[in-house]
Amino acid sequence: MSTDTEVGADLPDHLVAHGEIRQTEVRQTHRVVIRFAGDSGDGMQLTGDRFTSEAAAFGNDLATLPNFPAEIRAPAGTLPGVSSFQLHFADYDILTPGDRPDVLVAMNPAALKSNLSDLPHGGVLIVNTDEFTKRNLTKVGYEANPLEDDSLAPYQVHRVAMATITRTALEPTGMSKKDAERAKNMFALGLLSWMYHRGTEGTEAFLREKFAKKPELAEANILAFRTGWNYGETTESFAVTYEVAPAALPTGTYRQITGNLALAYGVVAAGQLSKLPVFLGTYPITPASDVLHELSKHKGMGVTTFQAEDEIAGIGAALGASFGGALGVTSTSGPGVALKSETIGLAVALELPLLILDVQRGGPSTGLPTKTEQADLLQAMYGRNGEAPVPIIAPASPSECFAAAIEAAKIAITYRTPVFLLSDGAIANGSEPWNVPDVNDLPDLSVEFATAPNSPDGTEFWPYLRDDDTLARPWAVPGTAGLEHRIGGLEKADGRGSISYDPDNHDRMVRLRQAKIDGITVADVEVDDPDGAAEVLVLGWGSTFGPIGAACRRVRAAGMSVAQAHVRSMNPLPGNLGDVLHRYRRVVVPEMNLGQFAMMLRARYLVDVRSYTKVAGLPFGAEELAGVLTDAVKGDLPA
Amino acid sequence: MTAVDLPTPQRGGLDLVPTTDETQKAKDFTSDQEVRWCPGCGDYAVLASVRSFLPELGLRRENIVFVSGIGCSSRFPYYLDTYGMHSIHGRAPAIATGLAVTRPDLSVWVVTGDGDALSIGGNHLIHALRRNMNITILLFNNRIYGLTKGQYSPTSEVGKVTKSTPMGSVDAPFNPVSLALGAEATFVGRALDSDRKGLTEVLRQAAAHRGASLVEIFQDCPIFNDGSFDVLRKGDDVAQRLIPLVDGEPIRFGNDGEYGVVRADSGGLEVRPVAEVGEDALVTHRAGEQDPTQAFALSRLSDQDLTHTVTGIFRKVDRPTYDDGARAQVTAATEQAQQRGDNLQALLTGKDTWAVMPTPEQEA
Ligand SMILES: Cc1ncc(C[n+]2csc(CCOP(=O)(O)OP(=O)(O)O)c2C)c(N)n1
Ligand code: SF4
Ligand SMILES: [Mg+2]
Repeated sequence: MSTDTEVGADLPDHLVAHGEIRQTEVRQTHRVVIRFAGDSGDGMQLTGDRFTSEAAAFGNDLATLPNFPAEIRAPAGTLPGVSSFQLHFADYDILTPGDRPDVLVAMNPAALKSNLSDLPHGGVLIVNTDEFTKRNLTKVGYEANPLEDDSLAPYQVHRVAMATITRTALEPTGMSKKDAERAKNMFALGLLSWMYHRGTEGTEAFLREKFAKKPELAEANILAFRTGWNYGETTESFAVTYEVAPAALPTGTYRQITGNLALAYGVVAAGQLSKLPVFLGTYPITPASDVLHELSKHKGMGVTTFQAEDEIAGIGAALGASFGGALGVTSTSGPGVALKSETIGLAVALELPLLILDVQRGGPSTGLPTKTEQADLLQAMYGRNGEAPVPIIAPASPSECFAAAIEAAKIAITYRTPVFLLSDGAIANGSEPWNVPDVNDLPDLSVEFATAPNSPDGTEFWPYLRDDDTLARPWAVPGTAGLEHRIGGLEKADGRGSISYDPDNHDRMVRLRQAKIDGITVADVEVDDPDGAAEVLVLGWGSTFGPIGAACRRVRAAGMSVAQAHVRSMNPLPGNLGDVLHRYRRVVVPEMNLGQFAMMLRARYLVDVRSYTKVAGLPFGAEELAGVLTDAVKGDLPA
Repeated sequence: MTAVDLPTPQRGGLDLVPTTDETQKAKDFTSDQEVRWCPGCGDYAVLASVRSFLPELGLRRENIVFVSGIGCSSRFPYYLDTYGMHSIHGRAPAIATGLAVTRPDLSVWVVTGDGDALSIGGNHLIHALRRNMNITILLFNNRIYGLTKGQYSPTSEVGKVTKSTPMGSVDAPFNPVSLALGAEATFVGRALDSDRKGLTEVLRQAAAHRGASLVEIFQDCPIFNDGSFDVLRKGDDVAQRLIPLVDGEPIRFGNDGEYGVVRADSGGLEVRPVAEVGEDALVTHRAGEQDPTQAFALSRLSDQDLTHTVTGIFRKVDRPTYDDGARAQVTAATEQAQQRGDNLQALLTGKDTWAVMPTPEQEA
């Protein structure tokens, strides 16, 4: 287990100083990282989710990282078919799902092979021995059975015949052997629940609800779960169990939430706060589809969802709904953004509110559908013909997606503009505790539609006459008598809004549209520079927040100074960002792309930022970034 | 996945759109934008027909919306004093879909060209028809790309010489009516730009139809495809080419009704002299027939060389519309949510929560 004596643990200072370990049967530990790995058919995501819910209900802080193949059912037992779920839970506020597991549960040889290299020496390895047949071993290229030679010697290995034990336990139910063995993931969950002193009621209640229509299946799964628990209790192979106390988070009511769920809730809330019907026009795409799935459950909260024939139709319908006075929303991932670009340009010209939720994944093209990446930034920024500025909001964690969606909707409504929200695969599927807001504290997004003529002489409606402060044009919806007007993608005369090919007018309109976006009110970026002595600033955006923060803790724990800042409005950038950048001798920008934000910063502020990039489909590791920052502090970072 | 029955009330196309008692004239629907089509363009005639037809609907002007794509014909909305959107190439049906779903109180019209609807926007067109969105689509078919100055289009005849096909087009054309019927359209009509009476009748029925109405309008582009429909306008044999459909009547045409449409051995339909086959052999037109087979056969009486050109209403059948169905679900869910007392706070909080209490220090 990670303890406070472990070098590089991302513990805050107060815990490093006061941590306490008792070498007894029950050990207290501050944090644990568990990874469940198995075949995609083994139910590892469900197992991980369930353990996460128990950790959440217990009051631990937590962060999760599901990692699954793009194929729905890759051939069983193969390396591409491995699905895993990593969970980090702790008694203090943690920032990442953890770099490496302390405990690896491997349900088959493929899972062992593809995950073992991440398990540090001395780590706990729980293996389902039943799957280690000659055939399965050959399938993944094991020449010898690793359970039988000494290749696992560096680890604390527990060999458990999970399938056999589960099958035997379930014999009385009269289930077929095959069906009974399928419950082995619940056995694993039971065993881990025992090891970490987690209650059983929550999981049992969950299973009863999940299989409400098939009570016999519910009971079988519960039996498997209890069998796993009892196995830990009665066999002697597990000498130690661990307790992770609840975390001292800020007071409040908490729940566990994934990024996509928070995004969907943010959209529902934006509809309620603006009192506008929400219209989601979209086309399924990983990893954004869950936003559609979730929103389609909330018709009762004024949400209409439309699964269109393609992305273009999805955003087109959303824009049509916005024209009619709804809050138009579209959700997608990078390939979908590519298809939507022309309509986003139209929305820029029409100056209508529109929310574009882009849950980024690995690219180019189809790329890595289930893996994370941040390489759509420049696409969101510039991926349109003509000068077509669009505001961009980037949440830093799963739970932040809620507020980010409301913020994006607020900008869209206030400034009458399409707005990008850039999430990514890690945020979308990752989860963490969320301090549930009081809805009374949420901002008012109410809208004033145009109701009367606005021309200087008061007789006509001019659709492009702007508000002095926001430069937004009036939103006059069909059905409003006297305000009949035509808008479109052809350039419009400033003010009056008729078609205009006048050169000066075009120049003015291009600049006005840009000025409108540049003038959006954005919170200043906050700098975390605890001792005020840092010469190095690490600047991030989006989901790199967690790993960067964890890395900063490590660097500071090692006695060095580093400042951290995180940008949540990528366009326009925070007003104080230039000053902040110029205050530090060196600025490091880690990104999961080839330096897109760094390029924006260099162009905009003429600051020689150092880019640190990785595009491996996985979040940065805290250890890896700590190394980068240490080098930067010591002056060793290559340009 | 399970399927559930979705009850949807049947209504007229404009039943939810507010009406007015004020008398309206064509002039009331005329915007201040100067019309900029080429002299002699068929679009003028269609605009005139639409302007003079709209008052007949008696709707409030502010509740009518025209959405168009890109092309000469797609400039149409600028010239009508209703709400309007001139959007992007091919996407008008998609935009109209979002508007129609969220605003049952609007009469939503789509104006599109043969390139706009059948090339770049083909996907949206067939899906709007399949879903039976409550919109009326006016497809201006001039069998050419007008706005981009004269390339062949997906309705141009094989062999057509244009700027992009100097040796003649080798592209097989679409038959828009056949395509629409194949895409499950519930209303399909066709008219000639210059035939104000015939066009108005089709528009009238299209507007009254609840669901997607596709109206193909043969439109002349004197600049890039001059006279393409002239054989249907002038000459001795116009009456032998044009077959106007009359619902419930045997299909018969010619100067003296000397030709009729009968079942062919192929399983389709064919044109024969009535004198040869006898009146009893003529097929009767039934636009309300659910089975689209006969309507389809009518769309294919000849190649698209205009030898036999059917006009009028091919098909007009009732089928639940997407927008009514989607709204019914939202309404039902909203009622249930209100009965249960659902609210945003409860949704956000969910079922599995835990409380973090203030520690004694924090309280102090
Ligand atoms: C995305 C895109 N591609 C191409 C064009 C160029 N373009 C404008 S109109 C048009 C064809 C229009 O033909 P049609 O729909 O038949 O309309 P018409 O001008 O004949 O009325 C094309 C190719 C465009 N505006 N946008
Ligand atoms: S190019 Fe043809 S279709 Fe376009 S306005 Fe001129 S005549 Fe009409
Ligand atoms: Mg055309």
